[in-house]
Amino acid sequence: MNDPPLLSSAQMASFVARGFLRFDGAVPADINAQFMAEAGEVPELAEGGKIMAVYGDTLAASRIPEVAAGTPLAEAYAPGSAVSRMLDLPLVRGALRSLLGEAPVFDHHFLHVTFPPRYYEAAHRENVSQHTHQDSTIDPRLSFDVQVMYYPHAVTRPMGGTRFIPGTHLRKVSEVALGRYQNMLGQQHMVCEAGTLLFLHHGLWHGGGVNLSDDVRYMFKIRMHASSSQVRCWDVDDLPLKNAKGPNAQRPIFFRKSAPERGTVEDILMTPEPWFEQDTGRLEFVNRIKLWRYLTDDPTYDADYWLTRLETAV
Amino acid sequence: MRQKVLVLYLKNSALDSPVLGWAQYDGSGETLHMAGDDDTPPYATGLAALRDGWRLFQASQLLPHPRGEEFDLAYLKYEFFFEQLVEAAP
Repeated sequence: MNDPPLLSSAQMASFVARGFLRFDGAVPADINAQFMAEAGEVPELAEGGKIMAVYGDTLAASRIPEVAAGTPLAEAYAPGSAVSRMLDLPLVRGALRSLLGEAPVFDHHFLHVTFPPRYYEAAHRENVSQHTHQDSTIDPRLSFDVQVMYYPHAVTRPMGGTRFIPGTHLRKVSEVALGRYQNMLGQQHMVCEAGTLLFLHHGLWHGGGVNLSDDVRYMFKIRMHASSSQVRCWDVDDLPLKNAKGPNAQRPIFFRKSAPERGTVEDILMTPEPWFEQDTGRLEFVNRIKLWRYLTDDPTYDADYWLTRLETAV
Repeated sequence: MRQKVLVLYLKNSALDSPVLGWAQYDGSGETLHMAGDDDTPPYATGLAALRDGWRLFQASQLLPHPRGEEFDLAYLKYEFFFEQLVEAAP
């Protein structure tokens, strides 16, 4: 057993294919309670008041620190603070080491607060969900940053929750330019128990759901990036030996008389999302294979012949 | 008159292909739609929307793929805009 426990190849392949890993109830209740205390309560809004003013006051009063971009993650939070304790959980350390290698670097964090209807009624504003977007800006890199979404309290469906669309992370878009996509097949809403963690590829399309409950909703996000190679940082012991069945060993495709083996890297990388277009869905497969090649440092890797076919020149 | 707009994202360029994504904007004010408000598409295909009285007024073009960028993906490719005109409430 590795210390910390590293991700498996199947988990890494799932991250490559779908752009997220979810761990329900991973953070113990005492850390969640400490986080809620450090975040502080959101004041009620007086009639005619401004939500953003209350939001600003909440951030200012919280005990969550300001941290400069570029700070080593290990130095970003005071030892013993809730976020430091969360980041020190073996599951979290193992996942971050697997995804980002040693010594990740802090980019930014934010306390996302989603207000219930009474705040909008007081402010005379319409209560709507956040447009779907990709964070930051156009990002042509093959390497990736990770965003850890921490849900310190239980999130019910009426509370909205983070909405995200699995498999959208490899598309190179410009932030909220895609805001008109209100709904897509396969979209997920984070309904979860307290202490749930979501590790996102920086490119995953997402947005905050509208809060129709009576309670304020919190989500704490930390973005971080690698400071060293992201190649083969997970538990690679379960990876098949390279070309174990011969050069560029492949499984039969299209014409098959039995279902393919489930749970293999190829099976995971070649599983489409419900929103995939008929033709560009194949390009999604190509881009997944390219990312897997990068992470395994194996330029010969292929799944279902998508790249071999294109690279064959006699 | 007020305009209701329906945007459908289809599986390929054929109007009778399945709906993968959708958005609605209601200028009449009768309904309010927003991101994440429904996990089930309003129509199975673009053709089904036509049969229900929606008028198509814009469809995305089919464009060649720039050399060197053939595998780059960004926005959804098969976008169709529909409208309905309704009487404004007095």
